[in-house]
Amino acid sequence: MEIHFAGEDALIVYLGDDASPEVSGRVQAAAAAIESALGDALVDLVPSYASVLVIYNLLEIDHLAARKQIHAALDALEAGNAREGNLVTLPVYYDPEVGPDLESLAGQAGLDAEEVVQIHLGTEYRVYAIGFAPGFAYLGQVDERIAAPRLTTPRQSVPRGAVAIADRQTAVYPAPSPGGWNLIGRCPQRMFDPDATPTMPVAVGDRVRFEAIDRQAFLDLGGEL
Amino acid sequence: MSGFKVLNPGMLTLLQDGGRYGQHRIGLTTGGPLDRFAMSWANRLVHNDSGETAIEASFGGLKLESSVNTLVAVTGGDQPLTINGVEKAGWRSHRVEAGDIIELGFARQFCRSYLAVHDGFQVTPSFGSTATVVREGIGGLSGGKLDAGDHLPARGTTERECLVLNDPTRAPYQNDISVRVLPGYQVHQFPRLEQRRFFSGTYTVTERADRMGYRLEGPAIECDIKGILSEGICMGAIQVPADGQPIVLLQDRQTIGGYPKIGSALSLDTGRLAQLMPGATVRFEPVTPHAADNLFHMARSMHRRMTLDTVND
Repeated sequence: MEIHFAGEDALIVYLGDDASPEVSGRVQAAAAAIESALGDALVDLVPSYASVLVIYNLLEIDHLAARKQIHAALDALEAGNAREGNLVTLPVYYDPEVGPDLESLAGQAGLDAEEVVQIHLGTEYRVYAIGFAPGFAYLGQVDERIAAPRLTTPRQSVPRGAVAIADRQTAVYPAPSPGGWNLIGRCPQRMFDPDATPTMPVAVGDRVRFEAIDRQAFLDLGGEL
Repeated sequence: MSGFKVLNPGMLTLLQDGGRYGQHRIGLTTGGPLDRFAMSWANRLVHNDSGETAIEASFGGLKLESSVNTLVAVTGGDQPLTINGVEKAGWRSHRVEAGDIIELGFARQFCRSYLAVHDGFQVTPSFGSTATVVREGIGGLSGGKLDAGDHLPARGTTERECLVLNDPTRAPYQNDISVRVLPGYQVHQFPRLEQRRFFSGTYTVTERADRMGYRLEGPAIECDIKGILSEGICMGAIQVPADGQPIVLLQDRQTIGGYPKIGSALSLDTGRLAQLMPGATVRFEPVTPHAADNLFHMARSMHRRMTLDTVND
């Protein structure tokens, strides 16, 4: 574990140097421990693949005290006591109609589209980080056989719900946005709804499985083509 | 409710409050005023707390019609204020009446101005804040910048007196500034020579400078690593993409990212940076953590000692 300065009111805690479920588990446990240790002095927290950014209120605490409290909180954490995240199932309509890159990704991988879908369905993913846009959850690790680099030219607009792959990550676009990931299907469930409670179906550390649905089920669940 | 009608929204006019905190975990950034000292004074000049909902007008062109009798104040950059066509001073409050036309001209330099109204604009917060982040579609009236025809609800006052901030340090703006930086994040992945290049070079503000970040152009600096696992980005973080040209990340930054960062600019200086228009120049100066801490608290106590005077209408 290492703690580095991030900014005048922020420290960043590194809990490993790779994107693995073990490191992610430590990140999740560390985030919870730091949150309760800093209490009201905490302004915000960003857990990610292998780090936790801790932003604190300079009127309550300085960097020396913050560092000391973070150390104490993490020393008290027992190795491997990370809470198992919730398991969330997300329905996906996989089809070239909504997954314009499904065929080309399959071609690059030397597979057919159905095999790509089965491999995508066959993994239980972990939410490693949330960012880029509100509700954008980075899920990993995608099976190496279907890991595909980002498009050379990003799309001007990717629709809400697009299920996509970039390298060994997969995600569901929470809102229409530009994007360079490979689109293989579409999920009818909202990944970010400001008016819903909770706002998002997943949190960092949760586990995600995808479930294939057909066109009619996609439409019945409120999906938009 | 009474308030103000937007006759012309200007170039980029946003409702802001102190910012949105505690929401990074669902990917929401902070938002809030780029020049928080200026916005805080605009609010205090109309008898508000520092973080009441006010207007951030970038570049100029805003035109409002009041339907309420109240106090308004404009602070910050260089957009001249007129009420019914008569030029009025910044950094003081003015009485306006129903039917009055309030206009901000265009900035020749120092592009962010703040317009506050007594009691603040009455807008429902989203995720605990009214700060508008256009990229997220969250905050303000409907998640975007102000449009012609928008109605900004505000309560009136006829009781409270007009105030002025006469302090000579109220607008510390220049077109050639030094930004203090706390080295951090991946600073040790930047070879000594590259660090020296960064802290001795002069950088120019480019056209790609907005509420997300200010992209600068100058001596390119190299990092030993090209990318990192995406991690949390704090206010003021200075990221260095592969082309070696630094970007100072501001209020609307993404919450996570994968470019190496050399450290973060102090909040005292990001407001002065965000006032700059393309072509202005910036130098970076490293400070120790203790100095950063002292500077923060000294500035705070200095601001508390600055006082407002009562003026006649």
